[in-house]
Amino acid sequence: MNPTLLKIVVILVILLVVLNVSALLIWLERRLLALWQDRYGPNRVGPFGLLQVVADMIKIFFKEDWIPPFADKWVFVFAPAIIMITVLLTFAVIPFTPLFQITETNIALLFFLGMSSLGVYSIVLAAWASNNKYSLLGGMRAASQMLSYEVFMGLSMMGTVMLAGSFSLRRIVEAQQHIWFVIPQFLGFVLFLIAGIAETRRLPFDLPEAESELVAGFHSEYSGMKFGMFFVGEYLGVVLISALISVLFFGGWLGPVLPPVVWIVLKTLFFICFFILLRAAMPRPRFDQLMSWGWKWLLPLSLANLAITGAVVLARGR
Amino acid sequence: MASLFYIAAIVAVLATILMLTRLNPVHALLYLTVSLLAVAVVFFTLGAPFMAALEVIVYAGAIMVLFVFVVMLLNLGKHTVDAERPLARPEAFTGPGILAAILLFEVVFVLARAQSRTFVLAQVGPREVGLSLYGPYLLGVELASILLLGALVGAYHVGSRRAQGRTGVVRSDRVRVAAGGDLVRAGDDRSSGPA
Repeated sequence: MNPTLLKIVVILVILLVVLNVSALLIWLERRLLALWQDRYGPNRVGPFGLLQVVADMIKIFFKEDWIPPFADKWVFVFAPAIIMITVLLTFAVIPFTPLFQITETNIALLFFLGMSSLGVYSIVLAAWASNNKYSLLGGMRAASQMLSYEVFMGLSMMGTVMLAGSFSLRRIVEAQQHIWFVIPQFLGFVLFLIAGIAETRRLPFDLPEAESELVAGFHSEYSGMKFGMFFVGEYLGVVLISALISVLFFGGWLGPVLPPVVWIVLKTLFFICFFILLRAAMPRPRFDQLMSWGWKWLLPLSLANLAITGAVVLARGR
Repeated sequence: MASLFYIAAIVAVLATILMLTRLNPVHALLYLTVSLLAVAVVFFTLGAPFMAALEVIVYAGAIMVLFVFVVMLLNLGKHTVDAERPLARPEAFTGPGILAAILLFEVVFVLARAQSRTFVLAQVGPREVGLSLYGPYLLGVELASILLLGALVGAYHVGSRRAQGRTGVVRSDRVRVAAGGDLVRAGDDRSSGPA
């Protein structure tokens, strides 16, 4: 087939799958939470309540798309789009299988870091444009949380980069033929997982939208599909971080017997469920605890991980 | 790549001009961010993908977010736009305009005299940047890190000077009294407080 056409097909398939999976995650999360909390969850619409998502989507599309008169109109409209754009763009560098990757570059990890740091704008601008005190507080929490956790998110990945000798995600997966990086880089894995949860603002790090104190924080004023974009954007972020964890630390598409695409899907799904389990199990920390944890423990730990990995790589003479 | 370069360059210039002429500080910052992103694309088209990524991560992703953060903290309302308006008269742009015109003339002159215009000299990947940073430019890297360490220690000193006395709610209360504001305490303190 024509390579350009093939690329377009790959892009469309990834886009469709990722968007639909994120929408379905809303159902999956509610069902799993219900299971762990000893209730039923949504089980009325369709088989196992699967059509609940469709019903929710229809409802959300017919909601009044309201822009508050006191809001900064253009920034208010643009803010939800930023999170969708940045997260969806990042999927371009994820190698799902050897063939199924939109673009292969030697700065793939840096591209991910850049896009995730641009994602902060979505929250901050939404909060500012809402012109609402609660939203502003949520936005300021989001900005400081995401900026602090981004610092060691980048550092925690550098161990795998050193072991693979490249920023390219495909090279990182190929370097895991013999041993998954989660074993030599266990500390890096834990740090990246924590930073990933903070980046996606999932519980226990959902302080920017803590509904009991901030009335949903940065998206208080949003309704209809603009709110829906924040909502789906959060789940897109969960899928992205789960896929990245499997690629960076769990050998991506590598695995015995089953075809590569099954392995990456299984690994990603496992981490998505782990994210949901965390939400079911963990309480929310106080904001000052969150910040001091980040700067006093996680950052020094990731620096130590970096130094030790560097020393080991040098000693082994790579 | 050449046409991509020109498009990105035009976007960068336009965004910077719009940044200068906005009255609302957040809008100005957004245009500056767009300008930085366009510069990142310029770096990419010139064969420096690593620099492009760093431009996005460091400038657009971290420094500009901090700027937006500070502007948000200042809680600037509609009155800032009104306060900006007299400052943003066309006459205010004459001085900078003349200076920028001199620079523009120089750039055009240099470009007109240049014999060949090569776009991609070589791909400069992460490896090349790292090797030259920690090879011939090691001294510069070390000096920059000493400077940053100094800035960090200085910021810590400035930030912690106030914390020497009593901390927490009481400190902010004192500030509020000094500023002549209302003092309303929550909880048990309410009956015993000076209010």
